[in-house]
Amino acid sequence: MLEVEAVEAAYGPFLALSGVTLRVGPGEIVALLGPNGAGKTTLIRCVTGLLVPRAGRIRFGGAEIVGLLPHAIVERGLAVVPEGRRLFGGMTVEENLDLGAFTPHARAGLGRGRERIYEIFPILRERRRQLAGTLSGGQQQMVAIGRALMAAPRLLILDEPSLGLAPRIVETILGVIGEINRGGVSILLVEQNVQAALGLAHRAYILEAGRVAGEGSGPALLQDPHVRRAYLGPLASLPGSRPPLP
Amino acid sequence: MILVQQLVLGLLVGGLYGLAAAGLSLVFGVLKVLNVAHGELIMLGGYGAFWLWVLLGFDPLLALPLVVAGALAFGVLLYWGLFAFVVRAHEETRIKNSLLIGFGLALATHALAVRLWTADERSITTTYAGAVLSLGPIAIPLVRLASLVLAFALIGALHLLLQRWRWGRAIRATAEDWEAAALTGIDVRRAYLLAFAIGTGLAGAAGTLVSVGYSISPSIGLEWTLKALIVVVLAGLGSMLGTFVGGLVLGLAEAASAFAFGGPYREVVGLVIFLAVLVARPRGLFAR
Ligand SMILES: Nc1ncnc2c1ncn2[C@@H]1O[C@H](COP(=O)(O)OP(=O)(O)OP(=O)(O)O)[C@@H](O)[C@H]1O
Ligand SMILES: [Mg+2]
Repeated sequence: MLEVEAVEAAYGPFLALSGVTLRVGPGEIVALLGPNGAGKTTLIRCVTGLLVPRAGRIRFGGAEIVGLLPHAIVERGLAVVPEGRRLFGGMTVEENLDLGAFTPHARAGLGRGRERIYEIFPILRERRRQLAGTLSGGQQQMVAIGRALMAAPRLLILDEPSLGLAPRIVETILGVIGEINRGGVSILLVEQNVQAALGLAHRAYILEAGRVAGEGSGPALLQDPHVRRAYLGPLASLPGSRPPLP
Repeated sequence: MILVQQLVLGLLVGGLYGLAAAGLSLVFGVLKVLNVAHGELIMLGGYGAFWLWVLLGFDPLLALPLVVAGALAFGVLLYWGLFAFVVRAHEETRIKNSLLIGFGLALATHALAVRLWTADERSITTTYAGAVLSLGPIAIPLVRLASLVLAFALIGALHLLLQRWRWGRAIRATAEDWEAAALTGIDVRRAYLLAFAIGTGLAGAAGTLVSVGYSISPSIGLEWTLKALIVVVLAGLGSMLGTFVGGLVLGLAEAASAFAFGGPYREVVGLVIFLAVLVARPRGLFAR
């Protein structure tokens, strides 16, 4: 579905990605983990066409997408929930959702798609005439996910969807991601919440300083001593229970 | 009574300030490009209507849609020829580059207008040009009143277009956050092109109305750019109806200060407003 091969990307002289290779297969949930500044968002900017990599290849659905503009990549069935949500704060919830179905391919299913979003997140139906900028963080994240789903994607990328949200909302959102996946959509999930991400994902990659430092199945990485030390803290408890408070 | 008469005239010209500013505001808000040649586009629109009247005998009311259509097309060409290159740059460097291109465009347009139409002042004097609506001692020139109504109608239409039309929403989304817009599947370059063309179309409309109720010459461009800029500072970006109201406020303020301090101070009040707003909002015009 998505194949990233030896991608290098730079901001001026600073090399943010130095040869990243990863893939997301059809129907998979793949987690992308790594510390702040590892290059996760940079990789996603490359995949979505906002940043042109200096080297490497990115294929989506078998076709090369490096050099395509972002809207053309969306049209092919790749949607993203960007870091920081990036809603149109001066527009209503419904306008935000409708804009998600802007491509010709998605526009046909606009009404049905909107109905589906309101079924997944009933609160958004109540708030549909409200300006998106006035919603709570959790509700904004729901709109961001809804807007991406409106594009009727085959692959959904989420960049830290749980950042700054209350644990209960995080649970809801992770649950919805699982549900979307069972509906046949592949998922690439960037997360700081390592335990939750690994619990959900079929496979995971660990990105460190612009390179892939590890990969494996979710449960296997959870048991990996390096991962446990680096991401769950030295006193990390066993999988399933919560990590101790710092 | 003189004051009321002055204020009425100020309100009437204020509608045109609002219309002039709407185009500048749209282009600035969406492309993050400051088109300092906006007043020259208004001037060209005025001469377009003037030519249609002199050469073909078209009434300005008939000329208006033709000039707007021509200006839209001219806007597309200008975008492709000049501004498409500016918007490739980062948002922060766009203003700088657009100033250079805008001043170049303004100089070239001015020189062209002097060649084509000489430096003389022109205006379209129809048979009904002198008609006046008298309300007791107050005289309202009918043509200027019609201009105000037309300006308001155009702003209303633009507002609806931005609210309801698919691409209107895309233009608003692009103005708010072009990257997020691109990620929802909007061809951002298309949104830029449309916004620029519509901005030029509005300049054409403003020019037509200026050439009927007032007068045009090749050198009016800078003055109209300034008025539009003051209104944009006053009204902020984002709301076309707000921009229109800002235009009316400037027109009234000019009239009031001309009455209080004498004619020459008409031009000063706009600059005072400009400075006052910048002092009150020190982050200024370019702050989000
Ligand atoms: N626009 C930019 N200009 C210059 N450097 C940048 C830019 N964006 C990111 N970087 C740098 O590139 C590196 C990777 O950043 P990136 O945002 O991809 O990390 P990340 O893994 O998404 O981090 P986080 O978990 O904090 O979101 C960082 O060192 C960052 O400082
Ligand atoms: Mg990031």
